Amino acid sequence: MEMTLERVGTTLVAKLDGELDQSCAAEIREKIDKEINMHSIINLVMDFDRVDFMDSSGIGMLIGRYKLIKARGGKMLIIRTSPQVDKIIELSGLKGLIEFG
Amino acid sequence: MENYIKIEFPSKSCNEAFARAAAGAFAAQLDITVEELADIKTSVSEAVTNAIIHGYSGMRGIVEMRCKISGQTVEIVVSDKGCGIADVPLAMQPLYSDSKDDERSGMGFTVMQSFMDTLKVESEVGVGTTVTMTKKVGASFEN
Ligand SMILES: Nc1ncnc2c1ncn2[C@@H]1O[C@H](COP(=O)(O)OP(=O)(O)O)[C@@H](O)[C@H]1O
Ligand SMILES: [Mg+2]
Repeated sequence: MEMTLERVGTTLVAKLDGELDQSCAAEIREKIDKEINMHSIINLVMDFDRVDFMDSSGIGMLIGRYKLIKARGGKMLIIRTSPQVDKIIELSGLKGLIEFG
Repeated sequence: MENYIKIEFPSKSCNEAFARAAAGAFAAQLDITVEELADIKTSVSEAVTNAIIHGYSGMRGIVEMRCKISGQTVEIVVSDKGCGIADVPLAMQPLYSDSKDDERSGMGFTVMQSFMDTLKVESEVGVGTTVTMTKKVGASFEN
């Protein structure tokens, strides 16, 4: 999985590319958290346009980022999910927590 | 149709992607919808990831995956000779995870249960775990 990070003020935009599973979840988490802490980020946008697969390891990573952003008083938004990603997000109840667009 | 494959691989995380791709390619021999194929790949990813990170938890071991087609039904069996599960019903509960250091969602078994038609978990502490799941696919192509 590849990821590019862009900052717009206090908002971080993470664009993911590839398959999000246990083999890369920890690395994605560390990179995002480092950026959040280094640049006083408050809001997080995750762009899933190029994510063609995600399993429950990805769900764990998303819940972790949601908790972090919430603790900082910010908002988290996930955009452009595929039907496969949508289905597992729906099942895990994330729709009630995180904003989707 | 009747067919099967049997694959074994070491418990490395990079094999998670390989295993789900192999199972998907195998199942694609049937008339199968995009959604059914995704359901199978996601469930395989859950079972194989569990074998690698929970069953062997960092130690090297062998994961075996068997896929079988009979008629329109796909059966997937994932087994490890790892630590085993002491309380299977507890482990299968939604949101239950015993990993405290990692960000596990505890949704793996719930995914397998909802994306497949049947799920059976056989496990013995110190012996290993075998997960068997089936899904009848291409229902709309029947008759
Ligand atoms: N192959 C396995 N070997 C040993 N323990 C397992 C295995 N598969 C699952 N488990 C146990 O069942 C629990 C729940 O699994 P799961 O629903 O996939 O959630 P998660 O992987 O996020 O912890 C795990 O935390 C682990 O304790
Ligand atoms: Mg799991």
